[in-house]
Amino acid sequence: METVLFILFGAIAVCGAIMVVTRKHPMASALYLILTLFAVAALFVLRQAHFLAAIQVIIYAGAVVVLFIFVIMLINVPEDRLPVERATTMRVLGVLAAGFFILESAVLARRFWMPIGPVAEVGTVEAVGRALFTDYLLAFEITSVLLLAAVIGAIALAKRKI
Amino acid sequence: MAGFLATVDFSNPYFAVLVLLVIALAMSVGFVLLSQALGPKRYDRIKYGVYECGVDPITPAAVRVSVKFYLVAILFILFDLETTFLYPWAVLFRSLGWFGFIEMAVFVGILLVGLVYAWKKGALEWQ
Repeated sequence: METVLFILFGAIAVCGAIMVVTRKHPMASALYLILTLFAVAALFVLRQAHFLAAIQVIIYAGAVVVLFIFVIMLINVPEDRLPVERATTMRVLGVLAAGFFILESAVLARRFWMPIGPVAEVGTVEAVGRALFTDYLLAFEITSVLLLAAVIGAIALAKRKI
Repeated sequence: MAGFLATVDFSNPYFAVLVLLVIALAMSVGFVLLSQALGPKRYDRIKYGVYECGVDPITPAAVRVSVKFYLVAILFILFDLETTFLYPWAVLFRSLGWFGFIEMAVFVGILLVGLVYAWKKGALEWQ
């Protein structure tokens, strides 16, 4: 069952990623990006990383792509002025090289193949929270300073008198 | 098939999510295919137009949105991130006790400065 789901969501993620780079309209790319991020979230669930999966859906698929879509709607290039990407020799060679690289990585990975045992319970919400609020407490509190800097930076840039 | 079913863990809470996903997918794809198969097909200029509650569209659908939305979106992401930290905290609230409460009070307190700053700077207003 897990293998079937892994192959299914892995295929959705890869196909979605291919669609992201091949679509002509950026809005279509952004929507396929959401599909890809959802499929990756499903893969996280299969690895018992429940918290990461929830974050993936809430932050990446929910908030970050919304920001992408805002930029696309803000720039709003008319349909007939969208740039057309041509398959130049360099690009074709680049895709081929990437294909060989993936193939060789797969061959190498098979050499060092080790079966993964049952996943330890490190990705559940409880486990992540316990690590976050005890061992990594300082990092957690500093995160709030980072977010504060981002809030002030965004407002300072956006509210600047031009 | 029976061998495959034996590998399915029905007690896993994500099994319900999978069932929901399958039903939602089947319904949405099913209804599109059904209306494709059963519905009458009369394609003309009006049928291809943008649907705006039956009124003729007066502007193109792709309008340029205001840059003001962008600031709202950025602030939304940042406070959304803050909220995600509250989930594991809420799950562990009882076992962490007062220590956890003070931790989160410091965290939210620092971000409250950001909210007050946004408020005072008028970033939440629409001018």
